Amino acid sequence: MAIEVRIPTILRNYTDGAKAVSAQGATLEELISDLESHHPGIKDRLVDQGALRRFVNVYLNDEDVRFLGGLGTPLSDGDTVTVLPAVAGG
Amino acid sequence: MRFDSLIDSVGRTPLVGLPRLSPSADVRVWAKLEDRNPTGSIKDRPALWMIQEAEKDGLLTPGCTILEPTSGNTGISLAMSAKLKGYKLICVMPENTSEERRQLLRMWGAKIISSPAAGGSNEAVRVAKELAAQNPSWVMLYQYGNPANWRSHYESTGPEILEDLPTVTHFVAGLGTTGTLMGVGRFLRERVPGVQIVAAEPRYGELVYGLRNVDEGFIPELYDESVLTTRFSVGSADALRRTRELLASEGIFAGVSTGAALHAALGVAAKAVKAGERADVVFVVADGGWKYLSTGAYEGTLEEAEERLEGQLWA
Repeated sequence: MAIEVRIPTILRNYTDGAKAVSAQGATLEELISDLESHHPGIKDRLVDQGALRRFVNVYLNDEDVRFLGGLGTPLSDGDTVTVLPAVAGG
Repeated sequence: MRFDSLIDSVGRTPLVGLPRLSPSADVRVWAKLEDRNPTGSIKDRPALWMIQEAEKDGLLTPGCTILEPTSGNTGISLAMSAKLKGYKLICVMPENTSEERRQLLRMWGAKIISSPAAGGSNEAVRVAKELAAQNPSWVMLYQYGNPANWRSHYESTGPEILEDLPTVTHFVAGLGTTGTLMGVGRFLRERVPGVQIVAAEPRYGELVYGLRNVDEGFIPELYDESVLTTRFSVGSADALRRTRELLASEGIFAGVSTGAALHAALGVAAKAVKAGERADVVFVVADGGWKYLSTGAYEGTLEEAEERLEGQLWA
């Protein structure tokens, strides 16, 4: 099962500069653990005390995972996960 | 329709059906034409409400200077109101916003302070907060945290939609300050059981996020996640494609952020068709396309337009 994870510029120091990496997991939590095993240190940038960090947004196929089940959001083969820092509009 | 002054004509915008883009007779999509406000955007509502509230509270008195971080539309709305009411206006604006917005602001007499492109509006907010601290006599209305912002939509945009379309099932709008979604969302949730409130958040090119540390992000103080049903991130390719589709199929010439809202609206409409449910989906046309002509959003292929938009704040 392969899921594409898009990495924001600020976290690419953990992925050797790669804009996107492939990872595995049945849930977002498992996916992040899999990411951590290949890119040590990245988990701590995304997760704090068992929840997504406040200023980190994660989207599953463009939908915000906070509305899908947070770290427990189920993932399927072929999904795309996008990580972005929170920015202002207006 | 007759009004005592331009300011009094804010709101009461048309809600128009999209017969060609609606997927079926049971699932219809409607556009709330907020470009029909005095300065051409939805921001006339929060700008007016914030100024009136500040006047009521005694914060704003004749001759005062207003300071506001804005990527454009709020500044333009404030500039018009400020001009008519006798206030000075200073806008802190990211340097990667379209030239039209700068010209409009200057026309209405506003002063512009540019903030760095990298970081987008986050930087504008940071710079404005610094300036406010250094100049205590300036009044920062602060659209990201001012309750008058969401209340303008709770008291005007929301009631207008419900009055024009009592069968509304979904409301979709762009997510910036979050004021539109918080205000209309709260109003509709109180009155329409099961209504879905859907945010379309612009996803910009990398430059805008480039230098942000994930610990230095920004979430508007007005944002309350519980008002939303869900939230979509819409990239500039989808936003541009839908902006052009809206013009080609329905004749509506809208700004690029409207394309993002339409993309999410058509997404939830398709979902309703699949589920065999009826739906009346309202989405917000936040502004017209005029201010984005220089970005090249409407010319050449989509790929070319997307390339030109890279690094620009289009919402």
